[in-house]
Amino acid sequence: MLFAEITYALTGIGLFALGLRGSLLRRSLLGRIIGFNVCGAGVFMLFVAIAYRGPEQVPDALPHALVLTGIVVAVSATALALALGRRLRESEHE
Amino acid sequence: MNSLPVWPIMLPLGAALLAVIWPRRSAWIGIAASLATLTAVGLLMAQVASRGTLVHALGGWEPGLGIALRADALAVALLLMSSLVALAAGWYATGYFRDANRQSQFWPVWLLMLAALHAMLLSADLFNIYVTLELLGLSAVALAALGGGRAAIEAALRYLTVGLLGSLAFLAGVAVMYTRYGTLDMLALAALIEPGPASWLALSLMTAGLLVKSALFPLHFWLPPAHANAPAPVSAALSALVVKAAVYLMMRLWLDLFAPILGPASAWLLGLLGAAAVLWGSWSALRAQRLKLLAAYSTVAQLGYLFIFFPLLAALPPGPARDTAFGALVLMALTHGFAKSALFLAAGMIQQHAGHDRIEELGGTARALPVTTFTFALAGVALIGLPPSGAFLAKWQLLSSAIALGQWLWVPVVAAGSLMAAAYVFRVLGFAFGPSNGVMQKLADGREGLPALLLAIVATAVLGLGAAAVWHFVAPGALLTEAQR
Repeated sequence: MLFAEITYALTGIGLFALGLRGSLLRRSLLGRIIGFNVCGAGVFMLFVAIAYRGPEQVPDALPHALVLTGIVVAVSATALALALGRRLRESEHE
Repeated sequence: MNSLPVWPIMLPLGAALLAVIWPRRSAWIGIAASLATLTAVGLLMAQVASRGTLVHALGGWEPGLGIALRADALAVALLLMSSLVALAAGWYATGYFRDANRQSQFWPVWLLMLAALHAMLLSADLFNIYVTLELLGLSAVALAALGGGRAAIEAALRYLTVGLLGSLAFLAGVAVMYTRYGTLDMLALAALIEPGPASWLALSLMTAGLLVKSALFPLHFWLPPAHANAPAPVSAALSALVVKAAVYLMMRLWLDLFAPILGPASAWLLGLLGAAAVLWGSWSALRAQRLKLLAAYSTVAQLGYLFIFFPLLAALPPGPARDTAFGALVLMALTHGFAKSALFLAAGMIQQHAGHDRIEELGGTARALPVTTFTFALAGVALIGLPPSGAFLAKWQLLSSAIALGQWLWVPVVAAGSLMAAAYVFRVLGFAFGPSNGVMQKLADGREGLPALLLAIVATAVLGLGAAAVWHFVAPGALLTEAQR
């Protein structure tokens, strides 16, 4: 089932590129935030794919643990970006 | 005491939590923690000097499963700079933020930033480095937004997005490394590393991420607004420490972990970008209308010099000549750290006193703020690279290595950069010594300027006159690859 692993890895690379494009080129803040989340999802997908060790084998646990940490970081970063975005809007209304 | 490497991380981290719990005491907690951290770093430095590199497995879990902290001479030298700069900038911050509310917002994030920075310097694991890179980025963004104005928040948001993309690229590189080598422990990787497409891909991805974070030309666009709009103590730390952390990781990857498999050609790209950064950054600093923007563009230029060292070090075979050039690189980084933090603190003093930082309206500054003007000039001496500053010796070494290796290109770049640095420093001093426009007449209390002055003295005199000690400490046995030699 090497096919599955390659599919995951290629999807991951595709998402990374898509997210990169979105977070660089989007004008709206929300679009950019979603962009870097998609970009991050791509990298996490890559980690999921490299944990695969063969059809009868237990997958490598370390990359999965790394993805969990990565998700926590991505959530915190998104929260900070949204909080800053809200501040920016409040300063517009003043 | 084998657990010594833990303290420079745990002390600021614990103090950050305390500062959240007791917001009214946050300044005291912060200063006490900074002093304690400096003491811990001093002890660590003494141990590393006498016994060599220290490795500490966190919680007793051996690397592979657990995470190792590794304190070598390079890491400890930068730790000492960061804890000294943080202490001085924190001391200055106690007077800078007049309002108690602002103090209580500043200290927890400031201490978190310090903990993340120290954890990064001491990490010997690629994934842990990614985590500390993100923690450092997030706390730096929060600090940069502390100014509160619209421009500051916009700059902080751009800083955040750009920084996140940088760390994601770094993370993708980490994934490739794990796929290829099956470990993320840098000591194990140093023994396994070999040329091949996976290694190149991993290095390219991690480098791309770090170049964004270290603001190397042409990826510097986010730095000037973020650094110029932050409160002065924050700008000092961002310019002196946070960007330097990414450069430190570049040194770890290019001059240490990947050094055995890299040809001299690839480092030329970094050198060329560095040269462009020196020229463009210095030119933009010369044309800047605001003092803090000048300081931020000067950071872009000064970081460029550090990257010019890369092709020189790649061309030098391991041995005394390479060790000398490596010591010069570290000296350059340290001098810039102290000089630029002093410059930003001085700029903050001028801005608070005059109510603005427009360079052409700074007449009378020299009379109203003699200590601060002196600080600015001293920091300028180090930025230009005049003797006896550390930058003078570092640039001298840079030029002599370039000439010895026949890499002539760097000589005119360094000369032009230094000339432009002299021009932008003297331009400010010229206006500062000019006639007063009415605002700047009252003589200010000199004590407030003391932290900045001390930083400038370290950059100009201590690092220059004590350069032999830095070389002696950093040059031999500093690196991961040393174990294999």
